[in-house]
Amino acid sequence: MEYHYYNKYAETMPRDLLRVQQSKALVNQAKVVYEKIPFYKKAFDDIGLKPEDIRDIGDIKKLPYTNKQDMRDNYPYDLFAVPMGDVVRIHASSGTTGKQTVVGYTRHDLDIWGEVMARTLGAGGVTAADIGHISYGWGLFTGGLGGGIGSETIGAATIPASVGNTKRQVTILQDFKPTFLLCTPSYALTIADYIEENKISVDTLSLKYGFFGAEPWTTQMKQEIERRLNLQSFDIYGLSEIIGPGVAYECEAHEGLHVAEDHFYIEIIDPDTGEDVKDGEYGEVVFTCLTKEALPLIRYRTHDISKKISEPCPCGRTHTRITKFAGRTDDMLIIRGVNVFPSQVEAVLMELGDMSPFYQIQVDREGNLDTLTVLVELTEAQFTSEIHDLEALKRKIGSAIQSMLGLAVTVRLVNPKTITRFEGKAQRVVDNRAVDFRAN
Amino acid sequence: MVLKQLSIFVENRPGAIAEPLGVLLEAGVNAVAFTVADTTDFGIIRMIVDDTDKAVRGLKNSGFTVNVSDVLGLTLEDKPGAFYHALKELSDANVNIEYSYAFCGPKTGEVTAVLRVPDINSVEFILK
Repeated sequence: MEYHYYNKYAETMPRDLLRVQQSKALVNQAKVVYEKIPFYKKAFDDIGLKPEDIRDIGDIKKLPYTNKQDMRDNYPYDLFAVPMGDVVRIHASSGTTGKQTVVGYTRHDLDIWGEVMARTLGAGGVTAADIGHISYGWGLFTGGLGGGIGSETIGAATIPASVGNTKRQVTILQDFKPTFLLCTPSYALTIADYIEENKISVDTLSLKYGFFGAEPWTTQMKQEIERRLNLQSFDIYGLSEIIGPGVAYECEAHEGLHVAEDHFYIEIIDPDTGEDVKDGEYGEVVFTCLTKEALPLIRYRTHDISKKISEPCPCGRTHTRITKFAGRTDDMLIIRGVNVFPSQVEAVLMELGDMSPFYQIQVDREGNLDTLTVLVELTEAQFTSEIHDLEALKRKIGSAIQSMLGLAVTVRLVNPKTITRFEGKAQRVVDNRAVDFRAN
Repeated sequence: MVLKQLSIFVENRPGAIAEPLGVLLEAGVNAVAFTVADTTDFGIIRMIVDDTDKAVRGLKNSGFTVNVSDVLGLTLEDKPGAFYHALKELSDANVNIEYSYAFCGPKTGEVTAVLRVPDINSVEFILK
């Protein structure tokens, strides 16, 4: 098959050449952060490291890690390496606990963002002739403006639809005829629900591609979105601290996500020891911003879990592929000493077939014992008038989850649409334990 | 005779039985028979109503999970032993009954027993 690219030269660059570029960039970045950011100067000095010690990309292991807490401690601007006169954009991510995480961009940084997001869209086949419908929030969150800058960089007509008001969104999808859609996977399903409930034929939409991210989703969910919205879907990954969406993206081979390695250096480490995991093993993803000016984070610990795919990709891109994200170290629930990722439960439900993708995990503590309850929305097709059919369904779900997690669970069937969802994201975990048992 | 039975999935919590009945009130649907089967965390309301289609539309629009299934309605004399004799015949024919309930009417002196059986036609034949 023929694969599509936005910047074929950069995306298929031989790896030895890429390494030379990365080395040059890192040597420069080490000097910049030492000279311009007091936090890094202190971090270097504390371990007796001089910027001159960084001579090659391999020396990255000598550099200290950066944590989310460091961003909070330097709130709002103390990690910026440039004066405010050079900053042209500020975004912030919602801090559910504590302060927001504030990020800044120079004009050059916005160019990089446009470039990597254009690569993301281009990898799916989007060209200047397309029309893009961006249903991420356009605001402090990087999803909307990040999708927009990529869409505009590639030259597509860009509709800043933003979030909410599904009825109006569907009218835009029908009338403005966008050919690609960016939103969360659960919002894509909300759109699919809406058009089915209102007997709107998917043929009245012109969507060819969908780029979905900002929350974990499974392969099964992907297939469901593709079937119901009649489009080809692509996983996108990013985080505001690094740049926003565009850090890694799926190509038409649909086997993992390519990291834009000429801009973001990736390491995968054991979250407990900080050492590299063996190739092909799951670990915490760590990124270094090689080319960014305003917020050049070094070895930033994302808390996202993934692994590298070592085989070369049939699409010809040389940039490292990582698998779909398996969860977050901080979404990880520890229940009776067992690590549980919400995405595991979702995968089980989707594998069982004919299940609602909406579920909620509730963790409670009875006496000294953690209990795990999974709420699953009942579908029309599953409901007969017979108690024993529903009991059998509960047992089937319960034993499938139990064999995946190695934990006994209680399954509760609930009516459709009763699990809390905001426009976009479903609330997947409710932890009622008094003590915070989440991993750090 | 074959009756259309409406089943509604409800969670086990206060108000769960009243809510669908409120929907039926809004829709102007009258229930002829009503029973609830319960387990620890959910229940199934089973009803015979005067307008099944209208009831289903109203309930679905309000987000309820509903099912319509065929059940056998058996008209019996309202006197001791009437139901027993019918059940005895089915028992002798080795017919398994999934669940059953009964209501008065439609005529005075009559009772209608509702039976959920695997094959309504063969049961009707046995009882002829």
